[in-house]
Formats: sequence, C-alpha cells, structure tokens
Amino acid sequence: MKAEQQYIDLFASNEALICQNSAAALNTPRTKAAEAFERLGFPSLKTEDYKYTDVQEVFAPDYGLNLRNLAIPVNPYDVFKCDVPNLSTSLYFVVNDVFSTQATPKAHLPEGVFAGGLKDFSLKFPGIAAKYYSQAALYKTDAIVALNTMFVEDGFVLYVPDGISIERPIQLVNIFRSDVDLMANRRILIIVGKNSSARLLVCDHSIDDVNFFANQVVEIFADEDARFDYYDLEDSSSTTVRFSNVYAKQSARSNVLVDAITLVNGLTRNNFNIELNAPGAQTLLCGMSVLDGEQHLDTYSLITHNAPSCTSDELFKNVLNDSSVGSFSGRILVKEEAAGTNANQTNRNLCTTREARMYSKPALEIYAEDVQCSHGMSTGQLDEMALFYMQTRGISLAEAKMMLSIAFTDDVINNVRLDVLKERLRVLVEKRFRGELSKCSGCGNCR
Amino acid sequence: MLEIKNLHASVGNKEILKGVNLSINEGEVHAIMGPNGSGKSTLSSVLVGDPKFQVTEGSVTFCGRNLLELSPEERSREGIFLSFQYPIEIPGVSMVNFMRAAVNEHRKYKGLSSLTATDFLKLMREKRTIVQMDNKLAGRSVNEGFSGGEKKKNEIFQMAMLEPKLAILDETDSGLDIDALRIVAEGVNKLKTPQNSTIVITHYQRLLDYIKPDFVHVLYQGRIVMSAGPELALELEEKGYDWIKQQLGE
Repeated sequence: MKAEQQYIDLFASNEALICQNSAAALNTPRTKAAEAFERLGFPSLKTEDYKYTDVQEVFAPDYGLNLRNLAIPVNPYDVFKCDVPNLSTSLYFVVNDVFSTQATPKAHLPEGVFAGGLKDFSLKFPGIAAKYYSQAALYKTDAIVALNTMFVEDGFVLYVPDGISIERPIQLVNIFRSDVDLMANRRILIIVGKNSSARLLVCDHSIDDVNFFANQVVEIFADEDARFDYYDLEDSSSTTVRFSNVYAKQSARSNVLVDAITLVNGLTRNNFNIELNAPGAQTLLCGMSVLDGEQHLDTYSLITHNAPSCTSDELFKNVLNDSSVGSFSGRILVKEEAAGTNANQTNRNLCTTREARMYSKPALEIYAEDVQCSHGMSTGQLDEMALFYMQTRGISLAEAKMMLSIAFTDDVINNVRLDVLKERLRVLVEKRFRGELSKCSGCGNCR
Repeated sequence: MLEIKNLHASVGNKEILKGVNLSINEGEVHAIMGPNGSGKSTLSSVLVGDPKFQVTEGSVTFCGRNLLELSPEERSREGIFLSFQYPIEIPGVSMVNFMRAAVNEHRKYKGLSSLTATDFLKLMREKRTIVQMDNKLAGRSVNEGFSGGEKKKNEIFQMAMLEPKLAILDETDSGLDIDALRIVAEGVNKLKTPQNSTIVITHYQRLLDYIKPDFVHVLYQGRIVMSAGPELALELEEKGYDWIKQQLGE
C-alpha cells in the first residue's frame, strides 16, 4: 500500500476542507469512495487490464493537490487563445481542476442549458447533480475513479434539458498551469436530455514544464433519442500523466460519438466504459494517436450491450515512432438479452521503428443469439510498395512516409461529425506529423 | 539519352538480367518484347530503382548521369517515368495531394516555385482530358477501387503531369479492353515530342499498332537476343517465341 498511503493520509486529514470547497452532490460519495480506494488499492502490473501501465509507479510521486482552491495566477484568455478557427464555439476553461469563472463566454446558449462549473451547478441544481453525479463512474470497482471521487472539488457540466438542440459546438479547454508538480482531479458531467443534441470538444493543454498528473473522470448520460458528440483532444506535454475514465450510459435510440485524439502526451491511460442500456442505442467510439520519443498510450475500452438491437462501432489507430509504447485492449460484452446486436471493433497500428512497441488485445464476450460481431487487429509497417510507387513519381521517401502516416489515421478523423473541426484536425494532425506541433504554449498550434 | 551496358541484376540469389545492352536516343520509341520470365519487368524495375533488385554488374547512363547512383525519386525528377504493370493502391492519399506533392517536388528540383492551388487544379484538369479521365477519380484515393482500365489511364495521366524525358510503359496494354487500350495509346501518342523517348514493354503486337516503335528488341533469358525495326514485332506475332528459341539454336 505504499503508493496509496499518501492519498489515504491526505484525504483523512483534509476531508472537511475538501467538502467545504465543494458541493453536496460531490461530497456525498466521498467517504465511500475513500473506503473503496483503501480496499481496492491501485491495480498492479499483474492486473490483466493494467498490464502495460505501471499504475503504482506513476501515482507514487508526491504531487501537490490544490485542495484549498488557491487561485492559480493565470488568465486563460491571455495564455490561451485557441478558438478552433471558424468553429465559433462557446469556449470555457478549466484551469487544472477548477472551472475558470474569469473567462466565461457570452454565448447565447438555448434557455435551460447549463454549461459551466460543476461546483456551481451542484450548488444551483442540487437535485439534478445528485441524480446523475457518480451514477455512471464506478468508484466501487475502480481505484483510480475512487481517487478522483475522493478529491474532486469542481469540473465542468453540460446540462441539456429535453428537446433542445445546440447547434453551436461547445469547447472546453483544460489548462494545466502550475509552478510546482501538481495533480488535478477533475470531473466532467454531461447530461443530454430526450431528443436533444450537443457537441463538446475538450482540449487538454499543458502550459508549464512541471510534472502534471491529470486524473479525470467523464460521465455522459444520453437520454432517449439524444445525440451527443464528445471530442477529446490531448495536446499536453511529455511531462504530463493523464488518466481519463469516460463512462457513458445510453438510453433508447441515443447516439453517442466519442473520439479521442492524442497528439502530444507523456503517459496516458484512456478508459472508455460505454453501456447501451435500451434498444436502438448507437455508439461510435474511436481514437487515434501519434506517439514518439518515450510517449505511452494505453487504451482500454469496454462496451456493454445490455439491450437488444444496439450498434457499436469501434476504431482505434495508433502511429508509433521512436521508442513509444502503445496498448489497446478492447472488450465487447453482449449480454443474453441483447439480441440483434451489431458490434464491430477495429484496431490498427503502425510501428515505424523497431523500438516502438504495440500490444493489442481484442476480447468479445457474447451471450446472446442472433448477433453480428466482428473484430480486427493489425500492427505493421508502412506499405513498401506504396512508398516505392510514390518515390517513382519524384516524392522523397521522407515525404512519402509522412503522407502514408497521415493517410493511415484519416478514417478516424473522417468520423468527426463536424466539418470545420474535421478540417482543423486534419491540419493539426499533419502539423503533428511534420513535427511543427512540438508543444502547446498558449496554443501556438491553433493560431 | 539512355545507355545500358552489360547490365546484370538479381533478386535474392537469382540472376535475372544477364548482360543487357541497349542504347536509346532522343525521340525514339523502343519496344521490348519477349516471353514470360525473360526479364522485361525486371529491366523496367531496375531502371527506376526498385530496391528489390540488386545490380551486380554493368552501367546505366541517363542524360550523362550515372543512373544507378540515384534514388528512385531523383531518377523521377531527372525525367524517368514508369507506367506500372500493376499500379499500387494508396488508401487515404487523394490523387490531388499525391500529384501535387509529385509535381512540386519536380518543380523544386528544377528550381521553380510551387504551383498555386488554382494553377495546380487547372493543370490537373488540362492533363486529365488527355486520357479522358473522370473528374471523380481525381478526388479519390490513389488507384483505390479503380478498375483495371482506370488504373492504366491514371498512369498515363501521371505521365502527362510529370512530362518525363523517358517513359517506360510496362505492359500498359494488359488488362485493357479495346476502347481503353485506344484511349491509353492515344494518350501516349499525344504526349510524344521529338525530344522525349519511350520504352514499350509488351507481349503483343496489338499495342504497337497504336504506339509505333522505331526499334523492336527481344529480351530472352536476361539478354537482348535480337533487335530490328518494327517488322520484327509482326514476325514474332506470326511465328511465336519458339521461333526465337530456334534462331538461338535451342
């Protein structure tokens, strides 16, 4: 219990302070989460689902936690002007783990919609907060989610009541800004009501070169006939550790897209846990990464088909350069009652060096009759015939490799259901491959 | 323009070209014929620098430069073009991006600035008509899902874009119906100038009805065993390759 002890101690001596700085809905499960954390402990390398990420090691350092909610000296608009051009998003900021109130947009969101701080929301709408908060994320079975639940004080909420379509995409920028090593426990809660639709783009940016630990939990509730797009763009730094747990619960005929794009990172673990709970629900879960140096990306997904006639499509692609390490573990669980399930999973990886490592494990568990399920996995190198063909047209080998690598990830970007964002991502990915996107400093990449 | 002397080339331990000699001058069209496995495609692959083949002996000079020292992309920029027998599909790379990269690398090599997007698209449009290529193909990924005929048209379209000094057409007639064959061959003829040269590799006389060669060579067992004027192709068509074997005393 070495790595765990500091968090147990910290919580025990600061529980009152944390509760005081937060809101009732967030405080309710805290003690139980702490108990669960103590009981579970961090997963070890022997835990099948965490085989390729040494969780105990990455949590062992003594990170500072800003439990007192001390104001971090930063004006988001000053350090960060990333408004993905032409997207005309409503732009919000979370600095480390606190919603920034000094930079809220004058966006004209439809009446009844709430986009803003989680703490603020929980104080204003305690009933709704209590109804949804921590109802999807399973702190009882996951120590990292439990840790987040213990320490989280704030975050972001998007609440869309029934029957509202938000045309304008909403953008949330998570800024990591600190002069000392810091752990941020933040939470994103998304509630999309019946027949409603919304799109959220979340960008992670590290401003400073200190060691950051972002432990984030995202809960998505898509009610009947709701449509929701969640785009998650990590553009942090090599000194950033990120654990992201995305939980989605989908009602009948809801349609959810989750697209996770890793452009620059240090060590990242992305967990996706999606439940299709009523007939006709559809999920499109996809992601791509470009890894180099010592970057590490560990993707885990569990899609559970709990109801008949639901569809899930999964597509993850990784390009691994240098000594980077990637892992993909994708589980699809089709319960007995989920007849008529259609589930597809694809994972394709490109290792451009001999030192790059990719571990991939598809797992399908099917207990229902009459289902269509498929999975495909491949890890390989660039097509040498294609490279040669391009060279015979005068294209240099380096350029040809670049073009093929960009092409390799293009179908993930094609899944983006927002044309301007799609084009913007194409540019970002190309810049990333060309090495022009080294590190975000005030988001130089988006200017 | 092109001077091949005693060229030997192998794949693995197997020697395929066993001393090819061939000289091509400006403006000439040479046909290379020969039975399966005689080394025709190997010769074209070696000329464009396919790393699968090792040159073990001999020399190739192109416009005064030692061709064998150059990378495939440098050979292309120097003006050599191969129309592939089996064009490669490149999913995810659009024809437009592919051609723009190629054309601009050629321009850079010549010390010219990159074409603007408008000028480039104009050039694409203009060259497309040479092989009656559908506009839709230009928006698609390179050769992906193209029919056999479309792929070959696309090769000649690329040739039109890059304006090579020496074009090597490797069995451009294979897999083509009569109409497509005519379009492709007419495309090649439209691109012909008194300065540029062509090597036509084919099994059949058929293509040579459209693309008239000045010289016909027979490649057999890794060597050019017979060279003559266009009448040789007709004679081969009539007598078959067994006739060559007899001539060689086999």
